[in-house]
Amino acid sequence: MDGYLGSYATLGVLLVVAGAFFVVAYTANRVLRTNAPSAAKSTSYECGLDPAEGSDWAQAQIRYYVYAFLYALFAVESVFLFPWAVVFDGLGMVSVAEMGVFVAVLALGLLYAWRKGVLTWT
Amino acid sequence: MNDIQLPAIDYAALLPMLIVFGAACVGILVEAFAPRGWRFVIQVSLTIGGLVAGLVAIIVNRDLEITTIGGAVTVDGPGLFLQGAIIILGIVSLGLIAERRLERGGPFVAEAAHAANSDGDKRQEREPGATEVFPLTLFAIAGMMLFCVSGDLLTMFVALEVFSLPLYLLCGLARRRRLISQEAALKYFLLGAFASAFFLYGVALLYGYAGTVSLTGIREGVLQSEQSGILLAAGLALLAIGLLFKAAAVPFHVWTPDVYQGAPTPVTALMAACTKAAAFGGLLRVFNVAFETTAWDWQPVLATVAILTMVVGSILAVAQTDIKRLLAYSSVANAGYLLVGVVSLNGAVGSSLFYLIAYGFSVLGAFAMVTLVRDSEGEATHLSRWAGLGKGSPLFSALFTFLMLGFAGIPLTSGFTSKFALFSSAWDSDQSVLVIVGVLSSVVLAFPYLKVVVLLWLNPPGEETPTVSVPSMLTRAVIFAGVAVTFVLGVAPSFLLDIVADAGPFLAK
Repeated sequence: MDGYLGSYATLGVLLVVAGAFFVVAYTANRVLRTNAPSAAKSTSYECGLDPAEGSDWAQAQIRYYVYAFLYALFAVESVFLFPWAVVFDGLGMVSVAEMGVFVAVLALGLLYAWRKGVLTWT
Repeated sequence: MNDIQLPAIDYAALLPMLIVFGAACVGILVEAFAPRGWRFVIQVSLTIGGLVAGLVAIIVNRDLEITTIGGAVTVDGPGLFLQGAIIILGIVSLGLIAERRLERGGPFVAEAAHAANSDGDKRQEREPGATEVFPLTLFAIAGMMLFCVSGDLLTMFVALEVFSLPLYLLCGLARRRRLISQEAALKYFLLGAFASAFFLYGVALLYGYAGTVSLTGIREGVLQSEQSGILLAAGLALLAIGLLFKAAAVPFHVWTPDVYQGAPTPVTALMAACTKAAAFGGLLRVFNVAFETTAWDWQPVLATVAILTMVVGSILAVAQTDIKRLLAYSSVANAGYLLVGVVSLNGAVGSSLFYLIAYGFSVLGAFAMVTLVRDSEGEATHLSRWAGLGKGSPLFSALFTFLMLGFAGIPLTSGFTSKFALFSSAWDSDQSVLVIVGVLSSVVLAFPYLKVVVLLWLNPPGEETPTVSVPSMLTRAVIFAGVAVTFVLGVAPSFLLDIVADAGPFLAK
């Protein structure tokens, strides 16, 4: 139980125990249960309602990707802005200029999205 | 709080990459603000201008050897050579990307999601569009340049993503055969994301082992670290999987034929030439700088991968019936030859660089010629359609035959000199088994190339032989460059061999 990887031994033991539990439980189930399949039993279960008719494939709107896009843009920006704001005082104008470049590159993405009409909700 | 120091930044060393990244950002502004009709002209001149300026900056930097931004970037001889190679191959492949005569509106569409012949598709058919491909190409090329000079594994990871993401997108923008193109993009994206995860996990384990992610730090960590060697081995293995995926080595090659076939041919050419150079630039740097001192541990494994790649790539190439898939498997086999160069470490760095240039130009020429054989459906890539093309289009068939002979390694072509240089330096580095397998597999690999030649000249034409379209100057220039370099490097390779010899070893301190 020592060394860098030693602490993983607990995890290993847990995995073995979990695997054994799974096998024992399912084997016991298979040995003890009765087996009487019917057509009604094999339909999909939807909270007591009849399952929905038709194909499983449906087209969905993907416009929510804009939210993800904007979130990533601003989240990445703020993740770097916060630590920068703590220390930029001691680093001088160079770091201000560099952060300006960083923000400008991200703003470029936003600008492009805006010009392409991504930000209008239709 | 104020004990954080800004790392020293040598802007001159970064200038080539800054120029190309800057040009890509300007390209996005052009896309956002320039009127539609002007975009194509502006984008093409901006892209070529940016790449040429970057190349000039590299040539000015040619004697530079420096580690800068706190070790994140290491500019050295091989790194600069690779950057230059990627830019030059990028400029050449741009000729294919910008080609507009073969197909109305070019080989790309702006909104590939439109079903063919729907209203939206007809509308975008009328509008000049799809100029986004130029900034995307620039971002990809800039990422590849950064990938070759990364001094630490995190920078390398960022560069890997910077060049991969635009490539995933570019793969899905084909005007013709959209479904297969989008399938290729999705496959490449999912498998690429998977490979990136492997890479990142490898970086994490190596950090656990050496306490640093810098390549030179790992090199020293190998001698001093008190951590378990399992960390080093597992980290190295995962890292190598990420890199070998991009290099298309067996068993991480399964994406290659599908993606090469589905992607628009100009993008396939870009991937086969530039991405290959970048991936092997990264592999060479990682193994030569970070893991040279542990070579005994990984050399047998990598040698096995190299043998598998050469053998599987060349044997599967024999069975292909589509010219793009054939070239894809040939690119897998060529990855195997290049891996021989990686396994041979410092002794073969120069000849590997030479090989990348020689192969890059030949493959650009070959894919440029693939874009010419067309029928009403677009490119006719099935080999049976190529039968008897030699009768109607002798010049085309003669040039293609020359490139095929070049791939097969016939003397007087770059295929021969590059393989000879690579194998002889590997032989000197005591990798004789690999060299023997390499020579044998290139004999096998010559068969599919010669089969194409026989098909072109000796087989009777089929019922509907496609025509060889007449391209604009751009594609002609690409074909000329591919054929000329294949010939010149075959007859007089010494000037380039001198350059790669001058590039020297990777900077490992």
